[in-house]
Amino acid sequence: MPYQVTIEETGERYTCGEQENLLIAMARSGRRGIPVGCRGGGCGVCKVEVTAGDYETRAMSCQHVTEEDRAERRLLACRVFPRGDVSVKVLGKMHKAVCTNAGLRPTEKTKI
Amino acid sequence: MAMTGVLRPGHAQLRVLNLEEGVRHYRDVLGMVETGRDAQGRVYLKCWDERDHNSLILRESDRAGIDFFAFKVLDEATLDKLERDLQEYGLTTERIPAGELMETGERVRFEIPSGHKIELYATKTQVGNGLQVTNPAPWTPAAEKGIAPVRLDHCLLYGPNIAEVKKLFCEVLGFYLVERVLGPDGEGEAAIWLSCSHKVHDIAFVEHPEPGKLHHLSFLLESWEEVLRAGDILAMNKVPIDIGPTRHGITRGCTIYAWDPSGNRFETFMGGYQPYPDYEPTTWTFDGLGEGGGLDYPQRKLHESFLTVVT
Repeated sequence: MPYQVTIEETGERYTCGEQENLLIAMARSGRRGIPVGCRGGGCGVCKVEVTAGDYETRAMSCQHVTEEDRAERRLLACRVFPRGDVSVKVLGKMHKAVCTNAGLRPTEKTKI
Repeated sequence: MAMTGVLRPGHAQLRVLNLEEGVRHYRDVLGMVETGRDAQGRVYLKCWDERDHNSLILRESDRAGIDFFAFKVLDEATLDKLERDLQEYGLTTERIPAGELMETGERVRFEIPSGHKIELYATKTQVGNGLQVTNPAPWTPAAEKGIAPVRLDHCLLYGPNIAEVKKLFCEVLGFYLVERVLGPDGEGEAAIWLSCSHKVHDIAFVEHPEPGKLHHLSFLLESWEEVLRAGDILAMNKVPIDIGPTRHGITRGCTIYAWDPSGNRFETFMGGYQPYPDYEPTTWTFDGLGEGGGLDYPQRKLHESFLTVVT
């Protein structure tokens, strides 16, 4: 059953299945400029903070996610699998892409 | 060309976040041959046409990336001489005892100014390529398993001080510069391709602020068709691809770049040309790298993920 993922900064929502990770689902949503890197938890470009909701994780590099990060739920989106509706804040390289107009999908407001 | 001194890339030790996922990738998708596991839990693999016991060692770790990259040298006397030469040049070297890596003789390890650990060794057990040495067939069933590259070809490493790295490889280890990319201001070298043979590269470096980073390990295929077949096999196995299939202007190599399950980039590569040490190096401007087709000749553009994502 797909869950809802809410991006806090923009209020946008997208769906993500149990077997999908947050990054692939976000990229699938059609938004431009998502910094899809290695998709294996090694490169660190897709960092998010999960501010609400349950999830499972798979192994990710401790060079990019420290114990403190993990405790604060700052994780790599490519290694986070939702187990309910979740909310995320985008961090690092992803922040610029998601939180500028260049990264936004057309909405009712921006459609010409 | 005559082959003396440093012969060729010999092995790389990669860190993987999950060992069995890594083994499944390199053994079953790439199609390498698993040749052993040691008491530390490391897994050894080789490409089907390599004669020596191993060329890739996987180590489970909490971070991705490369532990070290090694070159095989002609013999033990050459190893001793190169170790003395490195020390005279001012580097600290470390001898790692025979057997620390399975079926591998003594290694000389040193850290280069880009923060990478490089090793030299002269001896590794020759297990052969599965073909008899008298009147062999041209290939074996292992040559058809997975992508089935014939050998570990080269690596591209990201780190600082590549001008010093070039000096060390050329003045001490006998490499020569094949191609280079100038920096955005036209000054200095942002990237260098170095050869110890007549391959277009045995190792390459890109200037990068963080030391010790891996851009990719490259595995050699014999035809452009095999690279396209590799693309099909990667897609069938849902392996995330970075760029390709395409051709580089730089080295003329035909290629696909993709990521292993821990995010280490690898390349399935063929082509290039046969450089010799007396050739004038090819120079690419920074514009040449993008619009000039240095990185991606058909599309003539830069790919941000290719330039910036490393482990």
